[in-house]
Amino acid sequence: MTVLLDPIAHLGRAVLSALGAMGRVALFLLLALRHLFTPPFYLREILTAMLNIGWLSLPVVGMTAVFTGGALALQIYSGGARFSAEAVVPQIVAIGMVRELGPVMAGLMIAARVTSSIAAEIATMKVTEQIDALVTLSTNPMKYLTAPRLLAGLITVPMLVGIGDILGIAGGYFVSTQSLGFNTAAYIKNTVNFLEPLDVISSLVKGCVFGGIATLMGCYYGMNSGRGAQGVGRATKSSVEAAAVLILAANFLITGVFFSV
Amino acid sequence: MIRLEDVHKSFGNNRVLRGLNLEVPKGTSMVIIGGSGTGKSVALKCILGLVTPDSGRILVDDQDATQGDRDAFLARFGMLFQGGALFDSLSVWQNVAFRLLRGSLKRPAEEARAIAIDKLRRVGLKPEVADLFPAELSGGMQKRVGLARAIAADPEIIFFDEPTTGLDPIMSGVINELIREIVVEMGATALTITHDMTSVRAIADNVAMLHDGVIKWTGPVAEMDHSGDPYLDQFIHGRAEGPIEAVR
Repeated sequence: MTVLLDPIAHLGRAVLSALGAMGRVALFLLLALRHLFTPPFYLREILTAMLNIGWLSLPVVGMTAVFTGGALALQIYSGGARFSAEAVVPQIVAIGMVRELGPVMAGLMIAARVTSSIAAEIATMKVTEQIDALVTLSTNPMKYLTAPRLLAGLITVPMLVGIGDILGIAGGYFVSTQSLGFNTAAYIKNTVNFLEPLDVISSLVKGCVFGGIATLMGCYYGMNSGRGAQGVGRATKSSVEAAAVLILAANFLITGVFFSV
Repeated sequence: MIRLEDVHKSFGNNRVLRGLNLEVPKGTSMVIIGGSGTGKSVALKCILGLVTPDSGRILVDDQDATQGDRDAFLARFGMLFQGGALFDSLSVWQNVAFRLLRGSLKRPAEEARAIAIDKLRRVGLKPEVADLFPAELSGGMQKRVGLARAIAADPEIIFFDEPTTGLDPIMSGVINELIREIVVEMGATALTITHDMTSVRAIADNVAMLHDGVIKWTGPVAEMDHSGDPYLDQFIHGRAEGPIEAVR
């Protein structure tokens, strides 16, 4: 009998554990949102977070987008050649970058660069009692550490996604016009005419959600890290894993909401 | 006055505080001693609300520490952390003036900086240190900056968590002397936790010996050496034999 029940018990424990974790993250999010909208507001911390998350992520997001756009153009050209549809490169690069690859690549780069950095920084602060020191100095760590980073993620990542979309299309344009023989004016015209406002809106909404997920996971795992170097390492690793998976899951859901027929 | 009444705190199956009773009279310096893992830091964190006790009461000037305005309550405290707990991303003066740059005690930046430099001078650091970052300081200097931050807003109550851990004997003596001077000068109530018997003799008016989550002995520092308490005797003389198990 136990042979039958043991796997069920394991499954039950795993489900309960997952639900518990979801509940804790949801409560953390609600608390962070409450601190986001109630004073005091730490303007300096918000600006620093915007600089770190937005401006300093621009090179990595931009480079990723350029190379992805270029590779996409090559793939569509060679794939399209199988059924004489090479001419669709500008349209597919545009739609592919704006709807999917731009936001997803930016989200994953932010998860790698920003989530890990936030988790490691806050976890180290916890281990070295800096979080306790904040409390004794009458400063709420959720308000001082989490709320500014979350706000910065919600504001700057959509901007990064927008810039990434443009640079990705530029990468496709460069490859198509320089090595695939496309006419420059026709490429731009086809790109602009093919994109719809909803494509751009969905891209920016994804950026906003991904920015929220990336910063929230960094803060959550940092604040809940274990002791010592191992605790910091585990928090950093878990935060990036969680952010990457949640970003891909959210991407699927948002795509479904915007584009399901 | 700080009073702890029958305070219990467990972490899972580990019962750290098992009915802690302690009184720290206003304007005096109390030092809690005891082995590692006996609950000294937990007791201190319970008073500050960093850890919530499972049961019991904590009163500060007859007011329940868990009730009322939290900011106003914490504004009465200063704390020196074991490792300094300085904020890496802020310069030394911004660390010291942290409380003066935000919240209810906020002042203009120039005034806050001037106060920070004054407090740094008080703990024996030159004004040039003000613009350095914590990573650029030695352990002893970090401890002094932590001390300057603890006293920056002239608190009524100051906590010192292992103030001399990791310091050489000379720097330990300097920190002990500073703590004693500052506490006397400010008329503050001080609560220190330490293993260092030299610190105890330098800082304390009263001593409390914590073991197994309860106070085994408490009294004036002058009576510590002939208390007759076997736990205290073993601890202050550093004997391996006695009621306190060497292997814990």
